[in-house]
Amino acid sequence: MAKYLLLKHYRGAPAAVNDVPMDQWTPEEISAHVQYMNDFAARLEETGEFVDSQALAPGGMFVRYDGEGHPPVTDGPFAETKDLIAGWMVIDVDSYERAVELAGELSAAPGAGGKPIHEWLELRPFLAHSPTTTECTLK
Amino acid sequence: MNEALLRSLTPSVLGILVRRGADFAAAEDAVQDALVKAVHVWPADPPRDPKGWLVTVAWHQFLDATRADTARRRREDLVDEEPMPGPAPAVDDTLQLYFLCAHPSLTPSSAVALTLRAVGGLTTRQIAQAYLVPEATMAQRISRAKRTVSGVRFDQPGDVATVLRVLYLVFNEGYSGDVDLAAEAIRLTRKLAAAIDHPEVAGLLALMLLHHARRAARTAPDGGLVTLAEQDRGRWDTESIAEGIEILQAALAHDRLGEFQAQAAIAALHADAPTAGETDWVQIVEWYDELARLTDSPVVRLNRAVAVGEADGPRAGLAALAALDDSLPRHTAVAAYLHERDGDLATAARLYAEAAHQAPNLAERDHLTRQAARLNARRFR
Repeated sequence: MAKYLLLKHYRGAPAAVNDVPMDQWTPEEISAHVQYMNDFAARLEETGEFVDSQALAPGGMFVRYDGEGHPPVTDGPFAETKDLIAGWMVIDVDSYERAVELAGELSAAPGAGGKPIHEWLELRPFLAHSPTTTECTLK
Repeated sequence: MNEALLRSLTPSVLGILVRRGADFAAAEDAVQDALVKAVHVWPADPPRDPKGWLVTVAWHQFLDATRADTARRRREDLVDEEPMPGPAPAVDDTLQLYFLCAHPSLTPSSAVALTLRAVGGLTTRQIAQAYLVPEATMAQRISRAKRTVSGVRFDQPGDVATVLRVLYLVFNEGYSGDVDLAAEAIRLTRKLAAAIDHPEVAGLLALMLLHHARRAARTAPDGGLVTLAEQDRGRWDTESIAEGIEILQAALAHDRLGEFQAQAAIAALHADAPTAGETDWVQIVEWYDELARLTDSPVVRLNRAVAVGEADGPRAGLAALAALDDSLPRHTAVAAYLHERDGDLATAARLYAEAAHQAPNLAERDHLTRQAARLNARRFR
């Protein structure tokens, strides 16, 4: 029982095997891709492993505090930012192996030519709650 | 409205329905419906016989559901056979439910969810909140679990060890949402201990009580972890400690040692020390030796290295640690602690920082980061 984040990148991940930009796919290929993603999420809900899934718009800003009495400073969007997050899925699974297996399945979503994209997904474990009986090992 | 009473009746009501011939999954749904009804009806109109009320309502709920989706003949058979809701073998039923919900064919998370609902009487929403997943996900997890065990015969004897593992998992999850899972685990283990005379069940109950007794002292006002040595022992729950020790002593008298009894013995030795300095580390090392013999777990050997460090000095602890795989979780944290005790603050600070990066949870990470910061501040002052 551990939560993992499957992170999908617009940019910043190593190149996918089937690395064709989506705007060069056929409309049918796009539909097939969207369907695959929806089915994947639905299947995880059925197995009791789904927690959350969200997509992010690419345009974003950096914002920071600028001292008392000043409005926050904004900067960007940065067209050349190396890493850009496209979205995520959060899963709750029994093992790390299961998390890897699911990330692999998600990476097999079809792209150009109906072939799997083999996209690199970033898999990150959540920091868990502190278990009740840690203090002996923590010393 | 006594929710505790309501929930404590859940397993025996469910057991009665199953014994009457209802299949487990449908019976479990019917009992949940009856619990929900009770919450609405009882405050204004409390029943004289709460259990009888629940059995009657759940049974009708089950019949209605069966009527809706299965053959009429089967339903009529059941109605004809309906026995009076008289005294039932509640204890046996409860025990069978524990076995079923912890069945080895279930994954740990499914077993936990099913146990909390079918034995604990928690709602799907409460369980979902406790484990921070959407209610729909938890509902699916529970219904899959019920499908998985649907072919298991209810009167089949089960393995107590699997039940104990599930209860231990629940206990360790601690607290989130409006359900206190540690307290819930204690309640369920207490109930199991009443249903079966088994030294390891008693051992687990003792272990939980002894750990739970320290809960108030374990967290600083800012939410940070307070280590055992630094805890204000005046805030330990002495009643809970006394109960845990009594249960443990009775269990040990059976002379059938198991890992939970050995862990409880270690917790009892900690609980028994008026100050951290008076802890009987020599005996604790001996119990870790027992535990290592019983489980052969590397985590136990890691904990043993800490105890050796206290009993025989940090060098001895480091020597014990050197024999272990350094990829073990918390290995670095233990190494940091032992190096600090040995006076090598530079190494300790570096290892604490490294351990913080590997920490599996936020509280530990913050704690280890603070340890590193504390040593760095001292060194560079």
